Amino acid sequence: MSANVAARWTTQTRRFEKNAATREPAWVKAALMTVALLFFGLFLLLPLATVFAEALRKGWQVYFAALAEPDARSAMVLTLLVAAIAVPLNLIFGLAAAWAIAKFDFRGKQLLTTLIDLPFSVSPVIAGLIYVLIFGAQGWFGPWLIENDIKMIFAVPGLVLATVFVTFPFVARELIPLMQAQGREEEEAAIVLGASGWKTFWYVTLPNIKWGLIYGVVLCNARAMGEFGAVSVVSGHIRGRTNTLPLHVEILYNEYQFAAAFAVASLLALLALLTLIIKSFVEWQGRQSMHTSQNISEVIQ
Amino acid sequence: MKSPRVLPGFPLALGYTLVYLALIVLIPLSAVFLKSATLSGEQFWTIISAPRVVSSYRISFGISLLAAAINTVFGLIFAWVLVRYRFPGRRIVDALVDLPFALPTAVAGIALTALYAGNGWLGQWLQLLGIKVAFTPLGILVALTFIGLPFVVRTVQPVLEDLDIELEEAAASLGADRWQTFLQVILPVLSPALLTGFALAFARAVGEYGSVIFIAGNVPLVSEITPLLIITKLEQYDYVGATAIAVVMLVFSFTLLFLINGLQIWTHRRHGRITG
Repeated sequence: MSANVAARWTTQTRRFEKNAATREPAWVKAALMTVALLFFGLFLLLPLATVFAEALRKGWQVYFAALAEPDARSAMVLTLLVAAIAVPLNLIFGLAAAWAIAKFDFRGKQLLTTLIDLPFSVSPVIAGLIYVLIFGAQGWFGPWLIENDIKMIFAVPGLVLATVFVTFPFVARELIPLMQAQGREEEEAAIVLGASGWKTFWYVTLPNIKWGLIYGVVLCNARAMGEFGAVSVVSGHIRGRTNTLPLHVEILYNEYQFAAAFAVASLLALLALLTLIIKSFVEWQGRQSMHTSQNISEVIQ
Repeated sequence: MKSPRVLPGFPLALGYTLVYLALIVLIPLSAVFLKSATLSGEQFWTIISAPRVVSSYRISFGISLLAAAINTVFGLIFAWVLVRYRFPGRRIVDALVDLPFALPTAVAGIALTALYAGNGWLGQWLQLLGIKVAFTPLGILVALTFIGLPFVVRTVQPVLEDLDIELEEAAASLGADRWQTFLQVILPVLSPALLTGFALAFARAVGEYGSVIFIAGNVPLVSEITPLLIITKLEQYDYVGATAIAVVMLVFSFTLLFLINGLQIWTHRRHGRITG
């Protein structure tokens, strides 16, 4: 199956290159390839290589010491904790929003879809600022929070809120177009045949959206663990308490502990690479199942 | 409603969506506008038109525009090469295009700074040519180009993949050379996607903070971006000042968001698919 998809992709490209009507002169092709690969090397490969080269500049011992340090460890735990709260919250929201928007007709649907995308167009710095305005000492709930001795800003709840805001659209915007394209016939059939709503969702909808869901969650998680601007505003940078991994990188860097900063950064770079690998795999699965269903419908017709 | 609803869960799903959207996004965002409403028009104007603030707009918006333009040109070439040519490692190159989405911005920031600093892999050679990148506005351009790179590639690529080969064959059989075909047949089909990619890269670049602050040098009036100015004001407990500047940025971002949405609907109508 996999060879099939790869072969199809290659055949398509070969078709362009064989056809005189869609083929560029050799020197044009060579020039375009050179420009693209130079751009690739300069802007993508070199920065990535720099992270690992700088991280290991002072050897493996310094590298592992930087990762084993108590502040680095508590930053790791905090990053995992924040993502573990933010991602499931946005996952549930994404499912609810996609179910409402893709499976039903109502007025204002287009507006709702646009509003869901809103956090993507807000600067991360403003994403932090809004929670300071609400929960900060001078904010709406500031006096009440102080009275009841609840800390939101410069504490973990603020970090979680800011992270939820910046990763808000990821799952929803992946699922909405996917579920819209799939229509509602399969679910309607299940309901008419007597399945409960929950069963329909579990056995009909979920298997259909599985790959899109994983895709959205993986991207959401990468952003949740890597967010910098928004959490920087609400964190207060208390070492060992409210420092996530990206904030820890900043502190080390500003203290001129470059090798340690890049060592922690390399962890985040590895996470990014892992995200890209899973993403490519999921895209490839999606392409494959699309082709499979196309083949099936061709056979049926 | 045309047909009766068969599927259950509509009130619950929509209700949950609206409540969550209001609690996390809409009410907090409204705080910015309500806070700035405590200012008189004159006070508001004094804050957002102070020389240091205005020069930060010029830097943020100007360099973001330039970065988005660079990404449009190179993104198109990149997408073209990925769709049309075979070469070893193409899948890896294709996967790595999304690196700027996946790599935390702080990591990108320190990596680009190390790369372009006077003793960095690239910086040392550029220094021989008398070009300084790190800690200058040119550094901001490099960071914003990095951040915006995937947008144009990922909006153009699917349109290019779907392009009918027959169109180009027809153009060739009617006597057009390759360049004419590109300019008059292919480019018009790609232009909505190019414009969408440009707008997305621009919108992202204007708000960007993490990757820029390490490489920019952050000199007021020279290399200080608007998001950094908001942070600076917050650190001085000048919440009102920070909020007023945030309003300017939000109004700009929302306008751009609605434009992009319109563009995508237009592309969808023209080509029967949504890009991006």
